[in-house]
Amino acid sequence: MLPASDVVMLSRFQFGMTALYHFLFVPLTLGLSTLLGIMETVYCMTHRPIWRTMTQYWGILFGINVAMGVATGITLEFQFGTNWAYYSHYVGDVFGVPLALEGLMAFFLEATFIGIFFFGWDRISKGAHLLVTWMLAAGASFSALWILIANAWMQHPVGAYFNFHTMRMELYDFYSIFFSEVAQAKFVHTISAGYVTGSLFVLSISAYFLLRGRNIAFAKRSMTVAAAFGLASALCVVVLGDESGYLTGLNQKMKVAAMEGMWETEPAPAPLTVIGFPDQSKHVTTYTIKIPYLLGLIATRSLHQPVYGILDLVEQARERVKSGMLAYNALSALQIDPTDKRAEDVLDANQENIGYGLLLKQYTDDVVRATADQINRAAWDTVPDVFTLFWTFRVMVACGFFFIALFAVAFYLSLRRRLSKYRWFLWIALLSLPLPWLAAEMGWVVAEYGRQPWIVDGLLPTFMGASMLTTTNLWISLSGFVFFYTALAVVEIYLMVKYIGLGPDQLFKPAQLSVHPEKMQGEKGDTL
Amino acid sequence: MMDIETLRFIWWVLLGVLLIGFAVTDGFDFGASMLLPLVAKNETERRIVLNAIGPFWEGNQVWIILGAGAIFAAWPFVYAVAFSGFYLLMLLLLLTMGISRPVSFKYRSKLPNHFWRRFWDQIVFIGGFFPALIFGILVGNVLTGVPFYFDENLRIFYSGSFWDLFRPFTLWCGLTSIAMLVMHGGLYLAIKTEPPIRERAIVWSRWAAVILILFFAIGGFWVAQGLTGYELGSPIDHAGFSNPLHKQVLPKVGAWLHNYTLYPLSMLAPALGFIGALGALLTANFGNSRFAFFCSSLSVMGVIATVGVSMFPFILPSSTNLASSLLVWDASSSRLTLLFMLVAVAIFLPIILLYTSWVYHALRGKVSRHTIDQDEHSAY
Repeated sequence: MLPASDVVMLSRFQFGMTALYHFLFVPLTLGLSTLLGIMETVYCMTHRPIWRTMTQYWGILFGINVAMGVATGITLEFQFGTNWAYYSHYVGDVFGVPLALEGLMAFFLEATFIGIFFFGWDRISKGAHLLVTWMLAAGASFSALWILIANAWMQHPVGAYFNFHTMRMELYDFYSIFFSEVAQAKFVHTISAGYVTGSLFVLSISAYFLLRGRNIAFAKRSMTVAAAFGLASALCVVVLGDESGYLTGLNQKMKVAAMEGMWETEPAPAPLTVIGFPDQSKHVTTYTIKIPYLLGLIATRSLHQPVYGILDLVEQARERVKSGMLAYNALSALQIDPTDKRAEDVLDANQENIGYGLLLKQYTDDVVRATADQINRAAWDTVPDVFTLFWTFRVMVACGFFFIALFAVAFYLSLRRRLSKYRWFLWIALLSLPLPWLAAEMGWVVAEYGRQPWIVDGLLPTFMGASMLTTTNLWISLSGFVFFYTALAVVEIYLMVKYIGLGPDQLFKPAQLSVHPEKMQGEKGDTL
Repeated sequence: MMDIETLRFIWWVLLGVLLIGFAVTDGFDFGASMLLPLVAKNETERRIVLNAIGPFWEGNQVWIILGAGAIFAAWPFVYAVAFSGFYLLMLLLLLTMGISRPVSFKYRSKLPNHFWRRFWDQIVFIGGFFPALIFGILVGNVLTGVPFYFDENLRIFYSGSFWDLFRPFTLWCGLTSIAMLVMHGGLYLAIKTEPPIRERAIVWSRWAAVILILFFAIGGFWVAQGLTGYELGSPIDHAGFSNPLHKQVLPKVGAWLHNYTLYPLSMLAPALGFIGALGALLTANFGNSRFAFFCSSLSVMGVIATVGVSMFPFILPSSTNLASSLLVWDASSSRLTLLFMLVAVAIFLPIILLYTSWVYHALRGKVSRHTIDQDEHSAY
């Protein structure tokens, strides 16, 4: 028996919604924590109170944001168990490990040091506090590392095998999971996206202060840091996004084909479609504008290898479904007689296609005797929503290039000390505020929605992973989340706007905003 | 290298260690949150109570996040069954402890508005009261058994209703949990605050200790005389594959007391629960109440260990399909995962304890009117 299809739909909707919501707070936490570390480092080097105040002020906004990040993150950890119980059983032996390590290495670091970050300013030495701030940033980054290792495993499962005795995937090589290229590329791509978000946040709000003619010294310094750090990070995001694309091309060919709206296999090197309108039912992409060679170069790093189109990949999937049926048949035999050596050999030979066999479960209980039509439907199920992937991917990439340009200009202006001169630039910086979030959410859609129909790529279909719940349960939990999350979003935005409006000039004393070094340190007083 | 039987036993102990770590640390801030409306009479006093736990609750809460992660990795069956079976109760836990609580601490004092602050005070209370109650009810349900079963593909089916989770015994466990954490939180406040908050906290803490002793004793009597426990009805391979369908289980009233005759040393667990609470009761106002807090920590440890020890080797019994019950011997991860995780815990847990104690040390001392004024910008 399988979970009802509306339970699966609602569970997917709930997970997707709560994950997207959580991901509104994560990038800013990643970026701001690191910026706080940089600002406080400057304070410890120059002893100018304004840098301490910068750390404290951006720290207040960081605190408002991080409370929501913490509150919405635990929801996801719980949901694996509550809504995806079969998934949890099926891959817990593997997937649980990075999740537990995230708790051990990251959450404790972050949660323990955040208290003393806020409460410790006058209780511990400058150096100790600086260390605390960096530990906080390290905690956030470790957290991203482990969760992306876990996520990368869902995209590209390695280092595990199916054990028919326990009916689940079991770990055999943790190093290949940890050092998976997909995980590394994803981690660096995501964390630099977080740095971009933090930098743009600081840039935009500082631009607001400059436009209002308030907190000039404070805003200029903040912008300088944000511009330099943001430029480096934006370059990283795009370069490592490209690396991510290359690896996806190796491991998730269907996702790449869908992102490109590419139905037919193109002769090498494949062109990159800049704009087009994919049509899922007719299997064509219309009104395309293409750049020759580019996709072939990105996806295969060569001029000779083809990039497979969706139609060819569906044909490949059809063969894998057939192999999956053999595996399923062998598995059924083993459930009756675990000592059946011949069945075990068949299972081993077709082990990597069990998941494709399970795709048939939607259409028939008798997987072994599926009809050609059912096999055909299962093969076509492996195609994700092409139109959505095509466009979300393009919006993300466009944002990425825009960030490089924006930070490059900001960096140039800050070098020439002309940041406050061009009001048009300040307006652009201010109005760009929502873009990193847009890009991050789009990137998330490409990665996760593009993984469908799999919960673990090629291993377990999403509909198999859900818990046996009732729709009533789902409606109650969904309403609970909608109500709480909406209320909290209102509160959080209100507090953010309130504290940005108050600004450093109203929250701190003039002496705390001084650009001259503290007296005890006998340094020369030229301003940074 | 360690065999899987040993690893399973170690991970059973570690499960207890993580839950005890959670109850001893986060437990005191749940307790302090529940005491907020009872011991603080005005705004300054409320801020003192909140700031006594302010820098610590977040680190404490990680124990349960780590606990859940460790159950996921080491006991995937337990994770999958417990979280999906207790669906709506888990949701309530999530909404109160997981979502509202962090926000209530962080946002409460961000605005001076009276109604704003009073509103978040209610949420702080709810964020302490509900988790304490829910965890107690969950433990009660684990003791009585949960109506779930597996099919041949090990897919989990929960056949009970939401209201089945609330029965006299499970509610009794919920109240015991509240008493225990009020005692614990009260003594923490006694250490961190000055009179008159300190005095009020001690009074509440003592009452709670008395109630805990009574409830724990009656609960024990209940388990011995009225409650159906479970025992193995067939031999089980301690080193076998983790598949819960290869054994027989029998229900029996009083079965949860077997281990105490089998291994008399296990009597230490309930004894610690009683002696710790008694010690906390008697020494609550000695010196700076540090010793009483130590006693209360021992009591928390003893009470939780009692549950684990009574049920061993059961972790999560099924009340409707007995053979589906989850045991230490058939619900774990593979050997490699257990080993890998053990190495990780052995390296990182000491480091965590080290920096956590440094933070507690750096922020030691009482929270007073004076410190609240001093920390105007950073205080809760």
